[in-house]
Amino acid sequence: MTSPAFPFGRIVRFALLSLGALIILAPYIFMISTAGKTQSDIFTSSLTLIPQHFYFAENFAKAFAKVPMTTLLWNGVIVCGLIFFFQVVVAIPCAYAMAKLKFRAARLMMVLVMLGLLVPIHATALPLYVAFDKMSLLNSYTSLVAPFTISVFAIFMFLQFFRAMPDDLLHAARLDGMSELGIIARVIVPNAWPAVTAFAIFSVVAHWNDLYWPLIVVSKQAYATPPLGLMYFRAAEAGDDYGALMAATLIITLPLVAAFLLAQKRFVEGITMTGLKG
Amino acid sequence: MSALSLRGLKKSFGGNAILNGVSLDAEAGEFIALVGPSGCGKSTLLRILAGLDHADSGDIFVDGRDMSPVAAADRNIAMVFQSYALYPHLTAGQNIAVPLAMKRLSGSQRLPLIGSLLPGQRDIRTGIARDVREMAALLKIDHLLDRKPGQMSGGQRQRVALARAMVRQPSIFLMDEPLSNLDANLRVHARGEIVELHRRAGVPTLYVTHDQAEALSMADRVAVMIGGNLLQFAAPELIYNDPAHIEVARFVGQPRINIIQAQAENGRVGFEGIRLALLEKVANGPVSLGIRPEFVKLSPSGRSGLAGRIERLEFLGSEVIVHCRLDASGDSVIAKLAPHEARDLIAGMPVGILLPPEHAMVFGPEGKRLRIAAGARQEPAYV
Repeated sequence: MTSPAFPFGRIVRFALLSLGALIILAPYIFMISTAGKTQSDIFTSSLTLIPQHFYFAENFAKAFAKVPMTTLLWNGVIVCGLIFFFQVVVAIPCAYAMAKLKFRAARLMMVLVMLGLLVPIHATALPLYVAFDKMSLLNSYTSLVAPFTISVFAIFMFLQFFRAMPDDLLHAARLDGMSELGIIARVIVPNAWPAVTAFAIFSVVAHWNDLYWPLIVVSKQAYATPPLGLMYFRAAEAGDDYGALMAATLIITLPLVAAFLLAQKRFVEGITMTGLKG
Repeated sequence: MSALSLRGLKKSFGGNAILNGVSLDAEAGEFIALVGPSGCGKSTLLRILAGLDHADSGDIFVDGRDMSPVAAADRNIAMVFQSYALYPHLTAGQNIAVPLAMKRLSGSQRLPLIGSLLPGQRDIRTGIARDVREMAALLKIDHLLDRKPGQMSGGQRQRVALARAMVRQPSIFLMDEPLSNLDANLRVHARGEIVELHRRAGVPTLYVTHDQAEALSMADRVAVMIGGNLLQFAAPELIYNDPAHIEVARFVGQPRINIIQAQAENGRVGFEGIRLALLEKVANGPVSLGIRPEFVKLSPSGRSGLAGRIERLEFLGSEVIVHCRLDASGDSVIAKLAPHEARDLIAGMPVGILLPPEHAMVFGPEGKRLRIAAGARQEPAYV
């Protein structure tokens, strides 16, 4: 039984997958290409992928000059970081209690979590906006972060993960003298990294790229998150300078792409949830 | 005052009774095996004792102190779990150190960073490290202290779990089938080691197992639990030779005891040629006759004994298990013979089956053991 290195079936499968990947990646590739084109290149009638004159440096310089890129990126990091931190701090104890402790309201809480999963931010946007306005908290990190600190999705995800944790481990911890909070800090959290990293992708990607909510509560450049800043840039400065716009877009997508590539292995581990053994 | 005393523990889950009033006393330094088929409530009993679960009613006393209001963390009871339940993110050394750190360091001293700056903690930590090393040396796992559970074999993990439980000198030691995840060779070896460690530490130990051989070979006293009832609590020899209940007789012993249906009439039990006089009064009707396979003898000539037929032979090296069936009643009878006794036997051949009445036990219709008057004898001729 010998088979060639690339049997026919495998080539077909590989080609299909590559084609799919190419279709998904095409807009991004085209964005990279546009970021390197001059204005005249962009508006020619022929569609070329390789820029005729390499104009990357000029476009990036223009993006940095016209857009407060560092403020935008810094805001993005602060907002995503705070949201992620609070989400984890709230969701881990909550999910632990629901997964492993017996209490009367557990069933009711489960129903509420499920309901929470069904209500999108768009439904509650208006009341939240009014509330922040009354508290004079518009244009602040608080208004950007607060609505997302309790993530039912995080609770749901950690719940599934904690349910699979062996009860004996918690029993052993209790016999060793740990309180419930001690168990969370010393046993649950150190073993929940796969789930936390998996959740980190969902949370950070969603909030880094979110335009909807910042658009509602922020009207000043100083608190703009990257997508919102780009929108300002397009509306006010760039007009039809797509080269610089694409360069700016490339810059704000780079941190996520880089982070994903660097931590790819851990992310995949996290998603497949095969962290706990023995 | 006994070291451990359970009084009428009852527990039910959603209408299913798991424990029907279990009472048990352990003396200081005693090794007690709690044995029973799976689902008999023995693990539930252990969890209630550890404080991980609550009994519906009943009391637990440790050294005369009522344990019901005491939380699991404060009972000073150590437990070895079937799955070992080692912390996967800590090394073996750190695992063993956890109970000591929780006991000796204060809450603030346990905090990361800040804790290491507080006064007094350094001496405590050195003390903990020393105790961990001593315990590791005792269990011969010193070379494993820097490994995480994922990098250890089952036997090594089991030792680390033992070390973690023993290191803080508990007042009671609980083990929940600690050997059931080991392979057969290692298990027999580990049995001896646990008994040896127990003798050295002298802490009363409650050892839960479903393996009757493990229970008989290790324990000072064996408690047989079936269906939520503690049926017998006695030394291993008594459990085997003098079972108080038919379920105990059935559960203990390999191969299983032969149970034959017989009739009680006017205080006597009769089966074929066997006549036994009962000491206790029993209503006329069906009773069970039990006889251990090692007492059953076979007569290949068929000239003596009850007429039967060999169905199957199992050669086990030092012994031969012979499965027979009685012609008259259709009861199956197992005989355990030495190889030389079984030399002439082949499957399918007719055989005479001798059931010596002096080794027979009688169990009443509810399974309770009925005592036999001494001097009961098999009537000489019955073929």
